[in-house]
Amino acid sequence: MALRELKVCLLGDTGVGKSSIVWRFVEDSFDPNINPTIGASFMTKTVQYQSELHKFLIWDTAGQERFRALAPMYYRGSAAAIIVYDITKEEAFQTLKNWVKELRQHGPPNIVVAIAGNKCDLNDAREVLEKDAKDYADSIHAIFVETSAKNAININELFAEISRRIPTTDSNPGSSNKGFKLRKQPSETKRNCC
Amino acid sequence: MEADVHNKKTPWEINGSLAPAELQRNNRSESPTPGLVEGTEPGARQDSAMFVHTRSYEDLTGGEEEKRRQESDETDSPGQSQMEEISKDFSELSTQLNRVVMDEEIRDGEVEGTVSCRDSALSDKEEDVTSESWRQHRKHVFVFSEAGKPIYSRYGTEEALSTTMGVMVALVSVIEAGKNVIKSIHAEGYKVVFIRRSPLVLVAVARTRQSEQEVAKELLYIYYQIISLLTLTQLNRIFEQKTNYDLRRLLSGSERITDNLLNLMDRDPSFLMCAVRCLPLSASLRDLISGALQQAKDKSLVFSILIAQNQLVTLVRKKDQFLHPVDLHLLFNLISASSSFREGEVWTPICLPKFNSNGFFHTHISYLDQASSLCLMLISTESEHFFTISNCKRKVLERLNKRNTFQTLLDGLQTPSYCVSQVGISDLRHFIYKSRSSGLFTSPEVEHPYVTQEEQERLLELYQHLYSRIHNSSRPLKYIYYVGQRENLLAWVTSGFELYMCFSPMGTKTGAVNAITKLMKWIRKEEERLFILNPLTY
Repeated sequence: MALRELKVCLLGDTGVGKSSIVWRFVEDSFDPNINPTIGASFMTKTVQYQSELHKFLIWDTAGQERFRALAPMYYRGSAAAIIVYDITKEEAFQTLKNWVKELRQHGPPNIVVAIAGNKCDLNDAREVLEKDAKDYADSIHAIFVETSAKNAININELFAEISRRIPTTDSNPGSSNKGFKLRKQPSETKRNCC
Repeated sequence: MEADVHNKKTPWEINGSLAPAELQRNNRSESPTPGLVEGTEPGARQDSAMFVHTRSYEDLTGGEEEKRRQESDETDSPGQSQMEEISKDFSELSTQLNRVVMDEEIRDGEVEGTVSCRDSALSDKEEDVTSESWRQHRKHVFVFSEAGKPIYSRYGTEEALSTTMGVMVALVSVIEAGKNVIKSIHAEGYKVVFIRRSPLVLVAVARTRQSEQEVAKELLYIYYQIISLLTLTQLNRIFEQKTNYDLRRLLSGSERITDNLLNLMDRDPSFLMCAVRCLPLSASLRDLISGALQQAKDKSLVFSILIAQNQLVTLVRKKDQFLHPVDLHLLFNLISASSSFREGEVWTPICLPKFNSNGFFHTHISYLDQASSLCLMLISTESEHFFTISNCKRKVLERLNKRNTFQTLLDGLQTPSYCVSQVGISDLRHFIYKSRSSGLFTSPEVEHPYVTQEEQERLLELYQHLYSRIHNSSRPLKYIYYVGQRENLLAWVTSGFELYMCFSPMGTKTGAVNAITKLMKWIRKEEERLFILNPLTY
């Protein structure tokens, strides 16, 4: 089975649940008292997508302001970026728009953008309407889902959608390398772009 | 990297042995009683140290104090020195008073030791600052900018305390307007200690038995903690651009790291000793591990550090580059403060303020085994070298898994410390032994009767008290024997080592003095296990 490496980074305000989404996806676990990420955390997970194996190389970045300047290092080499906001915080949704702007200006041209409205289990405290977010996502041709890392809602779906959207090898040579022959090389390219 | 500053000889080395190093090494193994001079004491390194030499707080305050003094001498020396004298008199007086009240304090210890739920950071922050319980805390710490903008408070929110910090900043500036420096206020068993590190002001309000210098040293650690997150360059730039900047924006999420550092300093003697504790391991096993770290090198790597439970397993460094214990303590604290390193591999910028306060290193942090406490830190100069460094980590693991080294190490972690009873001195309850030339110390498990957190902190406070008496800058001592209600302590400091021993109250002074030789012989016998005698470089 062919193996493709997909580089994904998560962006968004502090405390919106980026790490929780990754943990749910990679480990299928959830920790309500998770500590803030320091710097950026790297994890991988391989899933089957149709007749291919997709190995996600995930950069979970810290949302705190002092790490803000590091973000380009992570999104520059990514095939996809998941921008996360918290549906109970209007402010986080505004930050999201800034991230989109930044990605458009400085990110790789073909980057797949996914917007995740996390904490959808807290519907009572909702501040961002699903429709508003959906409309915004459509306007920028981004993937959109509301997720709950806590209740494992739409997490795998989110990554599956990214798998579906990322262009196949021939149209995006930088982000994916087919086959095993080039195994040493991908790590070389990784070093350059990340 | 600017490492040349650290290569300079520290002035106190003059006090060391005049014997050639070669000779010392030869004598080392033969001499049954440990050398009293630096470099021959048990635990002294064979070749070169891993750390920058440190002695005590003088090193911690280092050049800055000196510079400041020079500066202020130029501007207004008479007032300054007068003020210093006065405050010195005060601190001496308070030391004397402390001695008198000490035994009483000890008796009151239990009543005093009301330490409310420190573990939950959230409740500390939300605490009502007008409540009695808030006042009861033994040590408050406040950090604010020179403009008076709150940055950090240990208990209670910064907003609620902004007026308190306003008063503090007023005090600082009123006294500075008179070309003086406020260092501390002593009143009713409280010490209010001020540290000014432009653009920050740090204040502690303590009713512990620490000396003013000790409290100031802890404040400096907090200052360095902040620098390690931002670098001094960035900190200065921010406040140059905007004097009333709210630094909490940049520090958000780091409060727990600072909280943890303060809690750690209340319990862990590493900070007091300005030294690093090693995980006891057989020398052959440690050498294998050091070898694995040494082999997995990269040209951007400066330090490879393996730690477990706030103890050093091994450290491999680039040639001619030395780590300062303060920097290592900050790394220890970072690891113990956050569970976010448990999963995956973390890649984060870290400034090592004593190494170079102006730049970031990029550190790869990961646990070697998710269930264990073995944490590997690979410190690199290149921000884009994550995958190269990650590969180094893989190599370390590969090598460790060969010949079952890793399993042996994991087994060793089951007993991460040793019992004081192994020494075979009946009245000895606990001790701290620091080898000055290596910057390493050893100390057994804290056992009965120091089992509760309050008791452990009380024991550390006794050590702190002895330490500050010994290292009193105006009246340094060589040894001190202290008789208390619940224990007797002996401290002895030479140019080679520092020894602090805690005996049961039944012990006698003669017994304590006799115990020294016995303990030192034991440490000499065990030194290969307790210390890192052969630090490696890449």
